[in-house]
Amino acid sequence: MTNPLDYLPSAKEVGTYDPQALVNNFSDLHPPLTDRQAIIESQRCLYCYDAPCVEACPSDIDVPSFIRQISDSNINGAAETILKANILGGSCARVCPTEILCERSCVRNHDAECQPVLIGLLQRHATDNMQFEQHPFTRAASTGQHIAVVGAGPAGLSCAHRLAMFGHQVTIFEAEQKPGGLNEYGIARYKMTDDFAHKEVAFLLEIGGIDIQYGQRLGSNLALSTLRQQYDSVFIGLGLGASRALGLTGEEAPGLMPAVEYIKTLRQATDLGSLPVSKRCIVIGAGNTAIDMATQMSRLGATEVTLVYRRGLEAMSATDHEQEIAKANGVRIVTWAQPDEIMLDTQGRVAGMRFAKTVEQAGRLMPTGETFELAAEAIFKAIGQGFDDTSLSDATAAELDRDGERIHVDEMFRTSLPNVYAGGDCVQAGQDLTVQAVQHGKLAAHAIHQALAAKQEAA
Amino acid sequence: MKTDTFTSSPFPSFGKKSSGDSIVNGVDLSVNFAGIKAPNPFWLASAPPTDKAYNVVRAYEAGWGGVVWKTLGEEPAAVNVSSRYSAHYGKNREVIGFNNIELITDRSLEINLQEITQVKKDWPDRALIVSIMVPCNEEAWAYILPLVEATGADGIELNLGCPHGMPERGMGAAVGQDPDLIEKVTYWCKKHYSKPVIVKLTPNITDIRVGAQAALRGGADAVSLINTINSITSIDLDAMAAKPTVGHQSTHGGYCGSAVKPIAMNMVAEIARDPATPTLPISGIGGISSWRDAAEFIALGSGSVQVCTAAMLNGFRIVEEMKDGLSRWMADKGYDSIEAFSRKAIPHTTDWKHLDINFKTIAQIDQDLCIECGRCYIACEDTSHQSIAKLTEQDGARRYEVIEDECVGCNLCQITCPVENCITMVPQETGQPFLAWDNDPRNPFQVAS
Repeated sequence: MTNPLDYLPSAKEVGTYDPQALVNNFSDLHPPLTDRQAIIESQRCLYCYDAPCVEACPSDIDVPSFIRQISDSNINGAAETILKANILGGSCARVCPTEILCERSCVRNHDAECQPVLIGLLQRHATDNMQFEQHPFTRAASTGQHIAVVGAGPAGLSCAHRLAMFGHQVTIFEAEQKPGGLNEYGIARYKMTDDFAHKEVAFLLEIGGIDIQYGQRLGSNLALSTLRQQYDSVFIGLGLGASRALGLTGEEAPGLMPAVEYIKTLRQATDLGSLPVSKRCIVIGAGNTAIDMATQMSRLGATEVTLVYRRGLEAMSATDHEQEIAKANGVRIVTWAQPDEIMLDTQGRVAGMRFAKTVEQAGRLMPTGETFELAAEAIFKAIGQGFDDTSLSDATAAELDRDGERIHVDEMFRTSLPNVYAGGDCVQAGQDLTVQAVQHGKLAAHAIHQALAAKQEAA
Repeated sequence: MKTDTFTSSPFPSFGKKSSGDSIVNGVDLSVNFAGIKAPNPFWLASAPPTDKAYNVVRAYEAGWGGVVWKTLGEEPAAVNVSSRYSAHYGKNREVIGFNNIELITDRSLEINLQEITQVKKDWPDRALIVSIMVPCNEEAWAYILPLVEATGADGIELNLGCPHGMPERGMGAAVGQDPDLIEKVTYWCKKHYSKPVIVKLTPNITDIRVGAQAALRGGADAVSLINTINSITSIDLDAMAAKPTVGHQSTHGGYCGSAVKPIAMNMVAEIARDPATPTLPISGIGGISSWRDAAEFIALGSGSVQVCTAAMLNGFRIVEEMKDGLSRWMADKGYDSIEAFSRKAIPHTTDWKHLDINFKTIAQIDQDLCIECGRCYIACEDTSHQSIAKLTEQDGARRYEVIEDECVGCNLCQITCPVENCITMVPQETGQPFLAWDNDPRNPFQVAS
């Protein structure tokens, strides 16, 4: 949905339009390794003992083991090693910030070569090239227990798959019309090509015992109280559906919209040329979504893309690697400036933005008093996500204890309500990573299974 | 059109050493091996690269000091199968070992003799040795030897080691595995041939010294070793047949290349330090691919070295790097001839019982170089002496420390460490005198010292 921008020209009408070039602009950012490259790269792994990369992986993938399996040309074995720890290992191989996780901890960084093993690309090689005649994981005998999962994003899918392995029946309630969550709707198009998110979910569901109901939104046509009554346990993997507001006058003006909304449309677009593009645009934010937005705008044909952040580069949550991608795509990054006023034209549409320069004093961000203006026909806000109002409006969900705005869970992923568990972006502050969500879902499934088994034993 | 990289250049000698020059980087690389002179010790072994004049001339042009012409046999010439070689690969597709099931020359004796005559005439300064294998009766040898002598070649090498095909016909390794036959055939050769006779030994035996002693008794001027080792390099797990696959079948071949170098060096050293063959010249063969390999063989008693697999994998040009590297190393060490460092490692090569039981060395880990991979720890913990401690620094970094009292100095940690010079083995001052096992009171068969 790009309604706020629909008066802008389409990508077709901006600059010299070459449909093939446009498609190429959104092809794989990092092309996969060939078989030979994968074998050669796998040889670089030192097969460390108690490997630092495993410690760094939020989903506990046994990295040395799967790489050794690749070096033995045992691709299915490698894939299974990855997937048994992380059923969404294929998408994590694409979207994980490996440069701050496994690859940063690789001991080869300290070796003569000073280059980590390309763990992410090797993981992708294994998961892209696996060929199973049937799903590699099997279901335990049916437990007769039925669990409700709210949200078919990485956390919910991971939880559902593990619960299915334990022999539980799972029903997932998904607000959108497709599964995958941010993998389907929220990641830059060139990071997840060829409908990969969809294919990965189809593979995951092959285990059986998982049913997904679409268009089911908590607080709208779905009530947590009902789920608690009808199911043996509930797992909430809502994500963070709402974009934070700038809190400025004119926030509803045509030309201003949340980056996630635009990216969602871009990801689903069959004709990239039909997307609205502003030649000059501004992205507010410092995370990967801001980078994805700015870079994709540039690749769609925008000529002046400025990313503005109120603090310095080192404070950006987007990694150096991500920042480099943006710069390589002609994105200008302006730091130490925060939105001050949305500038509108005579028709009330976005014409630009005034920024207040900032400075940090004793740990606090202060305006310096200086301002500057940037002209732009579109402004994208990517300053973080929160719960959307509808899910909060569910009477029972509103009762859940919070950590700040997120749902509070204990180390077993239990919420303050009995039999209700939660995981993924909706619980964990800090780095909202796909791989983290997958781990939450998996661990919550173990906790749910244990609790149900204990209950059955007691009965 | 035939092109020749060495003569077609408009600047034929510019920047290029004369390929036959024995002086390289100011060092004399020439050898006199059992009476056979060559400008350098790098010879091509009897094998496909020395099958005909075309290859041999290219080898000489490239700078090889000598060539052992691929084995001649009696008429009719051998017939080879199609699909002849296979490899034992490392993970990066580097060839670790090489295997062949090719027989001796499949060209006529007459053509081979003509070509040998012409090549020797054209290249008088290079060693040209003819490999021969005929049935184990004196008439066969008495027939062929005068024909070979007439070519003017510098000597012969008896192929008593071919491990595949020929032994089934009573030749090759079938002779080399029987000391009496080695002696007999060598004797016939010395009787019917006036120039140096080199006996090529098979490693497919239990004690290489027995073959060398038999050759010496027969009157051999030198031995060369090793010939190839019986091998199967790999099985195609779909076809369930070894490689090289001939139709649906395979057979064992002869193994060579880098993988056999340690086996060959031991056998060369065994003969070099055998009191029964103390001065028998040895032409070292087996996995020699670099100047360093050659230097090692020479240090163990080789007077020349023969190369095959490295040339087959890279072409003849490798000799240039071998000569350059060897001569620079020699100049650096002050060795002015091959002779000057030949056998230098023999005095330090001995039987286990003569080693110093009081010597002690222990591992030392350079913490600045350590990349914290933990390989040394798990190797020692699982398979050796539990003498590396795994510690965690305050900042979470791993730290591996040698438990000196437990370390037996086995070298395993140093071997498995991926970082060069991170783990060193440091000899310890024990204050104990040299003590060989022979004289150790713990030895029930102690010899009074």
